[in-house]
Amino acid sequence: MTILVDHDTKVICQGMTGRAGTHYTSVMLAYGTRVVGGVRPGKGGSFHLNLPVFDSVASSMAETGANASMVFVPPANAAASMIEAIEAGIPLVVALTERVPLRDMIRVRDALRQGSTVLVGPNSQGVLAPGVCKIGVMATGDAQRGHIGILSRSASLTSEATAQLSAVGLGQSTTVGIGGDAIHGLSMRTCFEMFLADPDTHGVIVIGEIGGTDEEELADFIAAAKPKIPVVALVVGRHAPPERRMGHAGAIAGSTDGSAESKIRVLRDAGVIIAESPHLVGQRMREALAVPA
Amino acid sequence: MRLHEFQAKALLTGFGIAIPEGRVALTPEDAAAIARHLGGEGFAVKAQIGSGGRGKAGAVRIVRTPEEVSSAARDLLGKTFVTIQTGPAGAEARSILVERAVVAWRSFYLSFFIDVAKAETVLLASSDGNEDIEERVHAGQARLERLPLAAGGSIADEDAAALGARIGIPGGAMPAFVDLLQRLAKAFSALDTTLVEVNPLLLTEEGNFIAADAKIVIDDSALFRHPELAALREELEDSEGDRVAQNRQLNFIQLDGDVGLVANGAGLGLATLDLVRAADGKPANFMDIRTTATSLDVAYGFSLLLNNPAVRSILVNVHGGGMQPCDTIADGLGIAMRRTGRSLPTVVRLAGNNAEYARFRFANFGCRVIDCPDMWSAATRAVAEAKRAGGRP
Repeated sequence: MTILVDHDTKVICQGMTGRAGTHYTSVMLAYGTRVVGGVRPGKGGSFHLNLPVFDSVASSMAETGANASMVFVPPANAAASMIEAIEAGIPLVVALTERVPLRDMIRVRDALRQGSTVLVGPNSQGVLAPGVCKIGVMATGDAQRGHIGILSRSASLTSEATAQLSAVGLGQSTTVGIGGDAIHGLSMRTCFEMFLADPDTHGVIVIGEIGGTDEEELADFIAAAKPKIPVVALVVGRHAPPERRMGHAGAIAGSTDGSAESKIRVLRDAGVIIAESPHLVGQRMREALAVPA
Repeated sequence: MRLHEFQAKALLTGFGIAIPEGRVALTPEDAAAIARHLGGEGFAVKAQIGSGGRGKAGAVRIVRTPEEVSSAARDLLGKTFVTIQTGPAGAEARSILVERAVVAWRSFYLSFFIDVAKAETVLLASSDGNEDIEERVHAGQARLERLPLAAGGSIADEDAAALGARIGIPGGAMPAFVDLLQRLAKAFSALDTTLVEVNPLLLTEEGNFIAADAKIVIDDSALFRHPELAALREELEDSEGDRVAQNRQLNFIQLDGDVGLVANGAGLGLATLDLVRAADGKPANFMDIRTTATSLDVAYGFSLLLNNPAVRSILVNVHGGGMQPCDTIADGLGIAMRRTGRSLPTVVRLAGNNAEYARFRFANFGCRVIDCPDMWSAATRAVAEAKRAGGRP
């Protein structure tokens, strides 16, 4: 099995007629993803890549039975597109757009609270269930069908982890880019719960970065849930240059410092295996699976 | 984009928020002239370093006469200040703000910021406005009131008044306080900021609120809808690296080591920094080439490294993706070498799309690169090359 996507996932692309949307939609079609149409306000009724184009997400869902949307809309309109998809009630939205303004993402998160849509991203490379469904921009050459889940804040390191896993004979059930932006939809913790609920996922790779609180929330959950499958984490940014602070708000609001060290510490304390270096992710999972728990 | 105090204050006046009278000066003579023009009994002379904690670092002087303004300006201009917010490198004062001193009755702390974990804008307020706010909050001496804003970013009258009451705003000044909060909230969203901090917010005997200091950070991702703010960037004295990064689809941070780093993707860039440090090397920079960068953009990134005399070797750690295969990076290096006429020992680790074709492109450009099979061996080799090159006379 997989998480988030499966053989029945029917995808529409918001922003399909743009340059990036066109390119990646055709790559996804070639991969076997069931892309059933696109949305581009004003171009409804036309065809692009031999697929029907609709004026709205709601009409595309009614006509095609789409149950997932990929957002490839430039930053200026990305939030409005996500909110449109959420309000149309589509179960899954995968947002690839980079650099969506934070103020817009506050509105998107507000819309998510009103509905039941799962938003992956923005600034995500997408979701890949090897051999089943690809929604996103990731390279698939190194991906293999298998039993390891990857949840990640970094597109480049997901490709890296995928290649390392396949090289040691471990395929992937699903790889999920939760997105590199400060405000995003699906959290590490919720994504991890999805992997735990999937009997076909036998181990999970977590790729974190400095900043935010996703890793800390995940560590709290793992410490309490004590999962039976191995979890290997890589957190990068130990030696990131210190960011110049501005004002006192961050320091007095009680937020965590978000350093790589503190994230690594809480994950290790929760029982997660730490890959000390980015080139050791696949190897650590291989070792963890070789030793019966 | 972190604005200078004088820029932040100028923006706030556009929303009807009162600030002390004053102007920015680049020389001691200008500073004295501004003071004479302002008149009055006292002046604040404040170094514009784009960061806070200035009082304790001696970057703010309170003086009485235009002559004293001039000598304070002479002291401050060109000096690098290290405060609790600048980081160890500090920040240089290229300009100063000269203001007429305000006689205050009470002072408060206000800040609007985005709590990214909760995805909401939060207003923090305290009856205790001054530079010690951090220590005093942590020591339990200052109380902090917290008001989350609705997703639209507005504040209802009753919420503003309730917050005012909690931080001890006198009843007579409450209407002005409610109005001020609503103006600040409007500025916060309209300017697409991630921080608007007023500390101290002064209340005069006459019942007027004055923003004696202001810090504003603009969300860089929203700059596309603020062409009016582009001019402010010019005043920020960005380094060449900052300018290239802004225009060329790169994230670039200058560091003081000798191994130049090139990676595509923020995560891989951070990982590369960690690897070089783990291999006992000193990174010269952090660089993340964004997916949308062309080979010409990449060339500008490489040129920053080739033109930096401190750089002794370059480590290229790339994972080719769908839109940016490895050969785009290879072409970038080739173009940069031809344009700068310089070359450095270059260690490459190529994976993903078009790794093989990138090797061919390197050869075509005449770039002799050291090809390593994995990122750890590449990092150790790049560090060794930098050490060897550094040891040469």
